[in-house]
Amino acid sequence: MDSTLTMLGLLGRSPSHGYDLKSAYDRLFAAARPIAYGQVYSALSRLTRDDFAVLTAEEAGQGPDRKRYEITDKGRDRLRSWLFTPDAPVPGLQSNVYAKTMISLVLGDDAVHLLEIQKSEHLDKMRDITRRKRDADVATLLLCDHALFHIEADLRFIDLTMSRLTELKREALS
Amino acid sequence: MNVSSTTISEPAFGETLLSAQGLHLSFGLTHALRGIDFEIAHGERVAIMGPSGSGKSTLLHVLAGVLTPDEGEVRYGKTVVSGLGEADRARLRLSDFGFVFQFGQLIPDLSAIDNVSIPLLLAGMSRKRALGQARAWLDQLRVADHASKLPTQLSGGQAQCVAIARALVTAPKVLFADEPTGALDSLVAESVMETLTDVTHANRTTLVIVTHDARTASYTDREIVVRDGRVSSGYTDRQPARR
Repeated sequence: MDSTLTMLGLLGRSPSHGYDLKSAYDRLFAAARPIAYGQVYSALSRLTRDDFAVLTAEEAGQGPDRKRYEITDKGRDRLRSWLFTPDAPVPGLQSNVYAKTMISLVLGDDAVHLLEIQKSEHLDKMRDITRRKRDADVATLLLCDHALFHIEADLRFIDLTMSRLTELKREALS
Repeated sequence: MNVSSTTISEPAFGETLLSAQGLHLSFGLTHALRGIDFEIAHGERVAIMGPSGSGKSTLLHVLAGVLTPDEGEVRYGKTVVSGLGEADRARLRLSDFGFVFQFGQLIPDLSAIDNVSIPLLLAGMSRKRALGQARAWLDQLRVADHASKLPTQLSGGQAQCVAIARALVTAPKVLFADEPTGALDSLVAESVMETLTDVTHANRTTLVIVTHDARTASYTDREIVVRDGRVSSGYTDRQPARR
């Protein structure tokens, strides 16, 4: 899961302080393992360095929580490109798909479309592997089947997510 | 192996053979299809996918001329299938389309080879010739050794291969299959799909499969995903696989 872009997604909702971003992140993505403040500020520092976010206000007092950040137009473009570019089917993909789905719901974007293009990417990968199975030796067959089972698991996860979008949206916006 | 003249002048391999434009169909208050558009190329192998109740089987029946849409049209070559009367649609299905279902639906009292020869006998072919052609198809489907067995003596995979041979014996231009591997375990399903895609490719038959199973779909060239009676958003701009 790309925590920097996920953070950018949360910033896309409204200008925020680091503390607000950490709270939103922990609520939506890290119930069991809250994100450290250090990670929040290093993500914000990367985002400002790359002109995806800007510091808009700095209130009097000490500490990074006094700083308010806002997404830039360049940041919004980067966000959309992240959301609507399917990920290559690799192990551990679910968390990134989940993060993109939640961010698209938070922003009122098209989560169904995002999941459909991801599904299409997975099915294309399955086709490649199925073709590779043709006339393959047993060892290759087993390796291909192992990869196919993982892709099938991802597809089931995507289907299940799609069927729960209404409830998920309610949680994302609560 | 063709037993009757087809009703269309055949488009070149890779050109559009079957298309749906603005299909709508309701059953009472249930809107099964809500505006479906796509094209399928001659020789293409396409999976129609979608969750239960999405309208995918209804769509297959509309494409095959079993059901007529309330709005929109289905074109097969230059023929507007949805504009034909019931008798013409039945003739078209007999001459140009083949069908495979989830459960082979073989005639239980007839041997495998007799099941496969039935469509040819009904079309007026002599028994000797029909049996010869049926055997050749059983051979292509790799079940010739079971020609004299009754359906109850066949395994699920063998029975499905016999059903596919029966669907292909009249050399249809399009083979429609509704969950053809739905009743088979995974290894047998893979073997059936491999055989089905090999045989349809070798005979230049266009294949349209309805399935909810991604593994089955992975044997086709592309998928069309139906959701709530519409082609799902990730697929609306996908073009036929021109091979």
